[in-house]
Formats: sequence, C-alpha cells, structure tokens
Amino acid sequence: MSIDQGTAAKVAKLARIRVDAEDLPALAQEFNDILGFIEQLNEVDVEGVEPMVSVTPMRLKRRVDVVTDGGQQDKVLKNAPDAREGFFAVPKVVE
Amino acid sequence: MADLNGMKIAAARDAMRKGDVTSVELTEACLAAIDGADALNAVVHKTPEIALEQARAADARIKAGDAPDMCGIPLGIKDLFCTKGVASQAASNILDGFKPEYESTVTRQLFESGAVMLGKLNMDEFAMGSSNESSAYGNAVNPWRRADDDTALTPGGSSGGSASAVAADLCLAATGTDTGGSIRQPAAFTGITGIKPTYGRCSRWGIVAYASSLDQAGPMTKDVRDAAIMLGAMSGHDPMDSTSADLAVPDFEAMLTGDVRGKKIGIPREYHMDGMPDEIEALWAEGRKMLADAGAEVVDISLPHTKYALPAYYVIAPAEASSNLARYDGVRFGRRATLAQGDGITEMYEKTRAEGFGPEVQRRIMVGTYVLSAGFYDAYYNRARKVRTLIKKDFEDVFATGVDAILAPTTPSAAFGLGEMASTDPVQMYLNDVFTITLNLAGLPGVSVPVGTNAQGLPLGLQLIGRPWEEGDLLNCAYALEQAAGFVSKPAKWW
Repeated sequence: MSIDQGTAAKVAKLARIRVDAEDLPALAQEFNDILGFIEQLNEVDVEGVEPMVSVTPMRLKRRVDVVTDGGQQDKVLKNAPDAREGFFAVPKVVE
Repeated sequence: MADLNGMKIAAARDAMRKGDVTSVELTEACLAAIDGADALNAVVHKTPEIALEQARAADARIKAGDAPDMCGIPLGIKDLFCTKGVASQAASNILDGFKPEYESTVTRQLFESGAVMLGKLNMDEFAMGSSNESSAYGNAVNPWRRADDDTALTPGGSSGGSASAVAADLCLAATGTDTGGSIRQPAAFTGITGIKPTYGRCSRWGIVAYASSLDQAGPMTKDVRDAAIMLGAMSGHDPMDSTSADLAVPDFEAMLTGDVRGKKIGIPREYHMDGMPDEIEALWAEGRKMLADAGAEVVDISLPHTKYALPAYYVIAPAEASSNLARYDGVRFGRRATLAQGDGITEMYEKTRAEGFGPEVQRRIMVGTYVLSAGFYDAYYNRARKVRTLIKKDFEDVFATGVDAILAPTTPSAAFGLGEMASTDPVQMYLNDVFTITLNLAGLPGVSVPVGTNAQGLPLGLQLIGRPWEEGDLLNCAYALEQAAGFVSKPAKWW
C-alpha cells in the first residue's frame, strides 16, 4: 500500500487540517513509513479472533434516564473563542 | 529542616502528623525549588497561591486529627489533568488560554484528601510522544546528565515534566498518565518509580483524552511505598467514567511486606530484542537474580505476539485520537485561527487545527483518520483490534500457569539526548515504548522501579507487570525489587 499526494490531501481534508501543497510529498512519505510499519500486522493469523471491544470485560452501569446536569450556560461558554448572546458564534454557514 | 522538598510522601506524612514539619513549610520549600529550576522547564504553570492556601488548610486538618495520608503533600500535576480555574493545555497551542470550569476526578480526589497543587507539569502535546519534545512549552529537561558530558537529556515522555520534577525534588510526587508507557518510560529515564494501574482503576474523567481505551492515570513518586500511598488516593469508582471499575480499593501500602517467597515471576523471552544494549540485558539478569534471591521462583515464559504490539498500538491509538481530538475545532474552547475575509466554517476548522496542533499530533490524527476511513477500516483498524485480543490472551495464558508477575526492562536504552532523535523517522521514536506498550493493550498494571545505572551513570529501570486489579501484589514485588536493588542515587544539581 502506497500513499500518494492525492490520498494525503484527501486524508488531511477529512481530518480538517490544512496542509500546504508543498508539504504534501513529505506528509505522504511519513504516512508510507508509518503504514509500512503497520503492515506487519498482516503476518498475524487472526482467523476467528474477535476484535477487542473492551479491555476489561465489564457490564456498563445503567442509571435512571433523568436529567442530572445542566443549567450552566455561562460555564459552558466561558472558554469559547467567540460567544455571543448565550451562543457559540461561528462564521456564517447558511446564506 | 534542610531539604524538605527532598522528602518522600511517607516520611512527610509521618513528620506532619508528629508536628515536626508543616505542609506550609514543605510547600514553601518546593515552591523555592521550582523557582530555582526554570532550566528544567518541568513546571509550566506555577500555582503558588493555590498551593499555600491548600497547605494552610491541610495544616489545620492535620492539627484537628482528621488527616488522610496525602494531606499536606505538595504535588505537581501533569498538564493533561483539568484543574478548575487553572490553565490545562495538554501542552498544546490549541488549548491556549483554556481554564476548565471543572476538576478532574483524580485531582479532585487528591485535593479532597488534602494534597497540595504546586503547578502544572510539562508533557508531550496531548500525551503523544516519548521525549517531551512535542510540547508547546518546549521540552522539559532531565535533571540527570551523563558522567562525561553536559548534553541535555530527555526526561522521557509523555509525562516528562512529572518525571523531571520528581527526580529534581521540585515536588514530593506527581501525577502522570500512561497510554503506551508515558508513566513508566519517563520514570525509568529519571530514576524514579511510576505505576500504571489496571485500566479502569483511576477515573479518566477530566483528563484530556488521547486514546480512551488505553489511557490510565497513575502516580510518579520517589519510591514504591509512596506509589502505593498515592495510588490509593487516586483510585476508585467514578460514575462519571463508564469504564471506571466498581471495585474496592485495597490499602496498597499495607500490602508492602517485601515477602515474595513462593511468588512466580515470568521472564518473557520475546523481550530479548535484537540490538538491545548489553547494559539493559545485564540489568534484567540482575533483577531476575534479585527476585530469585528473595525467594521468588523465576521461570521463562513466552508472550508470542509481543512483536505486534507496537504496530497494533499505532493503529488503535491514532484511530481513537482522531476521534477524540475532533472536538478541537475552534468553537467551544481554546484557540481559533485568525480568519481571512470570506473564510467559512470549513476554513475555520482547517486553519485552527493546522495552527493549533503540532506536527506529531497532526500526524497521528491523520493516520487515525486514514485507518478509520471507508475501505481501510477492516484492513487496519479491525485487524489491529483482533491482534490486541491475541496480545491480551498471551498474558492470560501466562497468568493461567500460575505466574504472579512478569519482569522486563522498562526501556530499550537509558535517556537519550534532546534532539538526538529529530532526524530519524517517527517509527524510531515509537520503538522507545516497545516494552511498555503491550500492557496498555492488555489493560494490565505495570510498575517501573529504578534498579541501577549505566556506564555513564544514568538510571535504568525494570518493569514488573501484574495481574489485573492486583496492584497491591504487584507493588509488593516492586518493593522487594527496590529493597534488593538499593537504588539511592540522585542527579547532581546543575540547574
């Protein structure tokens, strides 16, 4: 498996990380190094093996489905880079 | 009293209860040591006002006779823990300015038991790294130096600031977290003790997430007894973390008898790596002999899938990271990039994340994105999770034969020089975690104990790996090893 620049650009887009065009060759090379290392996993016979879901087998606790938290709008917005009138503000998303 | 900051938790606890020393005195000594240690860059947000207020409260509590073990003990807190009203940045620029409105469960438990916070400690960005060089604050420095030169060495990572601060006596102990070795590797590089408990022992709530199925908090201390004391205060069930185990927390300190007669200690043959330095092999053989001399039965064991732990980790951890770090979008907390005229929300996300995340974090997010993407999910992510099942089964098979603990090196080398790994590809850096990473994948507890020094006088650690939930027994084995090794060296002060 070899990652080309187009794939690297696509992954960066999916990850929502801006990568300048001139940095794409180096990024693709890094992916190839890491994925080459990961390829070793193909040597393992995993026939019939269940993929791990939880490292310590435990039943998730249940609780009554009621509101247990809330009413702290100020605290929720406290660290926002841009909060206005009780909301998070972002660039316009609809025309 | 001289050198109060050099005290251990147990001794400080006993001295405070006797009235020989106060928490304020201990705290002031640590604060002075911190102010004199800027060259180590271990403490990245100092909180002297909070510390002294907590210390005064602790002194009053000790006087009143209601004092848990950790009461009045000055600690450093890894920057990964959210601490209410105090910068908690995970050493990332993307969380620049973030001051949580809440307290992580582990730090809350510590502070409720009377512990004192001296400040926040340096680390690799989002706990991704093995040298502390990916930090937005710049790297922390190891207080140890080679005997023959002044090269600045890494304290290890990701809990490098914690390791540096404890080894340099800037605090009595520190919190760390361990996703692939981030407590044990820095502990080994700095001659201190660090335990990663069983997955689920300490609540992850309020700890900035890296790879949720692997992350665990634990103490980094000056000896095994201190680790036992502090782990007790950090542990316990928390309804806020659905993977937190609802199990009683034993009195770990009371289990330190040093008696390991009849214990079965496994030596995994797959941990003899090609190219491993002789001094690591020799240290391991010495540790084996120490435990045998103490009456343990030492047996050779096999963990056949060891070789695949690193590649499995470098699928699973980035996959989880890509999901966990999606929350840093410039909307709810931290930093937002300056936008150009006409930039929409996608540009905001992309610019914010490109500016805010360092190269290693970006790399892992993108690798995770790739292995989770349509068409590759089965080939990479599901395969890695199957291999993880096999790695865990290796340990289960060994424990089923009656093995109580497994002895291995903590790291494949002593601390290396800062910048020495800069020119190598990322995979070379990942190899640092070759002995520690298997436990995270299997959810097992592991403790690193300083056992000796190399030819250049740098500390080396051995790791003991235990059965799930048997940290008490594990710490007792570590205690026996510590007693036999008698490691008491400290770094010569140059900072």
